[in-house]
Amino acid sequence: MEHIPIRADTDVLAARQKGRALGLQAGFSSIDITLLATAISELARNILLYAHEGEIELRLLNEGGRRGIMVIARDQGPGIVDIERALQDGFSTSGGLGLGLPGVKRLMDTFELKSTYGAGTVVTAVKWELR
Amino acid sequence: MDVPVLKQGPYLIATVQSALTDADLAQLRRTLVEQVGRYRSRGLIVDVTAVDVLDSFACRTLRDIAHMTGFRGAETVIVGIHADLAFAMVQLGLSLEGVTTALDLEEGLAYLDRKQRSVKALGSRPRQSAGPRNLLHPRG
Amino acid sequence: MKGSKGPAAPASAPLPAKIAIGSESTTSLLRELVAHLRQNRTQLREEWARRITEAELLTAMTKEEIFAEATSVYDNYVEALETGTFEALQAYARNLSERIIPRGVETHEVVGIVLLLRDVLARSLFAKYQGDFTKLNRILDAYEPAANRIANTVAVGFVQERERIIREQQEAIRELSTPVLQVRERLLILPIIGVIDPQRARQLTEQLLRGIRTNRAKVVVIDITGVAAMDATVANHLVQTVEASRLLGATVIVTGLSPEIAQTLVTIGVDLGKMTTVGDLQGGIEEAERLLGYKVVHFAGETPEA
Ligand SMILES: Nc1ncnc2c1ncn2[C@@H]1O[C@H](COP(=O)(O)OP(=O)(O)O)[C@@H](O)[C@H]1O
Ligand SMILES: [Mg+2]
Repeated sequence: MEHIPIRADTDVLAARQKGRALGLQAGFSSIDITLLATAISELARNILLYAHEGEIELRLLNEGGRRGIMVIARDQGPGIVDIERALQDGFSTSGGLGLGLPGVKRLMDTFELKSTYGAGTVVTAVKWELR
Repeated sequence: MDVPVLKQGPYLIATVQSALTDADLAQLRRTLVEQVGRYRSRGLIVDVTAVDVLDSFACRTLRDIAHMTGFRGAETVIVGIHADLAFAMVQLGLSLEGVTTALDLEEGLAYLDRKQRSVKALGSRPRQSAGPRNLLHPRG
Repeated sequence: MKGSKGPAAPASAPLPAKIAIGSESTTSLLRELVAHLRQNRTQLREEWARRITEAELLTAMTKEEIFAEATSVYDNYVEALETGTFEALQAYARNLSERIIPRGVETHEVVGIVLLLRDVLARSLFAKYQGDFTKLNRILDAYEPAANRIANTVAVGFVQERERIIREQQEAIRELSTPVLQVRERLLILPIIGVIDPQRARQLTEQLLRGIRTNRAKVVVIDITGVAAMDATVANHLVQTVEASRLLGATVIVTGLSPEIAQTLVTIGVDLGKMTTVGDLQGGIEEAERLLGYKVVHFAGETPEA
């Protein structure tokens, strides 16, 4: 289990790197490791951009011999007003591409977003090893 | 993180050597736009062979670089995207639409050369020096 | 590490004396056991082979084959008992598995024959030591853990080998079902046949992208004439494959697009105008060559610069 505090743009790289290392440890294929690292990058970037600080937690899972990695992105920032819209391709309040959240949903196998307006956001996503 | 930018004839070649932070990306964009203007380059190659993740922010920066240098008369070619990376990018929904891509530096230069030849054939400004052969000693 | 078999020992046996001589180590007991097994090699092997046939195990093999393998297993078995090392037996188990798995021998058969051997040997020990019950117990105490470990080694060896072979076969089938063909320099063809599920679609994409890099391909023809149906997920995958290929600098031409699949693509919002599609494979290859050749002509038409 890893907790990576996200406070500066270098932390985004650190989180990505940790994800990569964990993926390697779990025996993920190089393509899955890249998908995982990209998802982590998007989530860490959102923390930095919208909440200014927070953390990425990485957990190694094992379900009946099948390995997975859970990514939890947590912050106590402003939260998301309209979750449904935030999950749509191209929606952005920062002039971004608006592909982060919907993209993470596509990159990972499971995706869950919990956000309380004014209190913070938690995104939980899992990538399973391909059998 | 410094990204070396080499001038090779009418082209600039920027080699991204490791993962870039947001600040690095912004810096890269400023540098390239400025240098393309200064050298009046006809082409810009951004080599991302050493890059393992291109997320939406990095892609947007690459696209911005291509557009901004385009206004200054240089065509940008992104080269060296890995197979895994290409797969992750399209899953994310990023296809770098409107930006030229090529397999590697050699292909990128060949593409720019072809472009230059057809421009020259149309009577535009000539290119200055030879292409890929000088690659090993780009500053030479 | 001698196991105690207290409850099994009959009260009538002259216990204390024998246990006092218990300094007679497991090793020497095993040595005695090994000598016994060597002496009765022929008879015990035959007995074992007979029991295997009787139990209808290894039915894929002839009597002679069974006897030959039984001999090897027997000798390796005795050696493992004697030396206490399992490497040779392990290697043999792998080797045996490699030979018999392709003939359809199942895991339960392998486990079955090893257990039978354990039984045959135990019975012969009973027969030999039936006059000395305490000794029999001590021999069995020494024999049992070793026999269990042997059975385990052989069974695990078999299962591992079987899994390895299955994995290899699956890999081979996958490769076969998604061939990336290089028809000429810088031109790849990917004929897709059959049913594509999301998993296969992904493998296909991975293979193609790697193929583009290793072959330095500039044009790829994906022929989907042989694809019966395509759901939205797989259609999306096709689009992603086209885009990812472009990121590697290759142009994709899709051929054999049926009206149904074209409809699916339109339904999921694909702009067919952005995708190069050509009626059939032949036409696709011609178009690809035109794309490649166009550039060659372009070069040739120009005087190379110094
Ligand atoms: N951690 C967060 N805290 C608050 N708002 C967020 C957070 N993550 C995402 N959002 C909101 O969701 C929108 C969509 O996010 P995303 O899909 O990553 O696109 P982008 O970052 O390019 O805007 C953002 O513009 C922002 O309004
Ligand atoms: Mg974002």
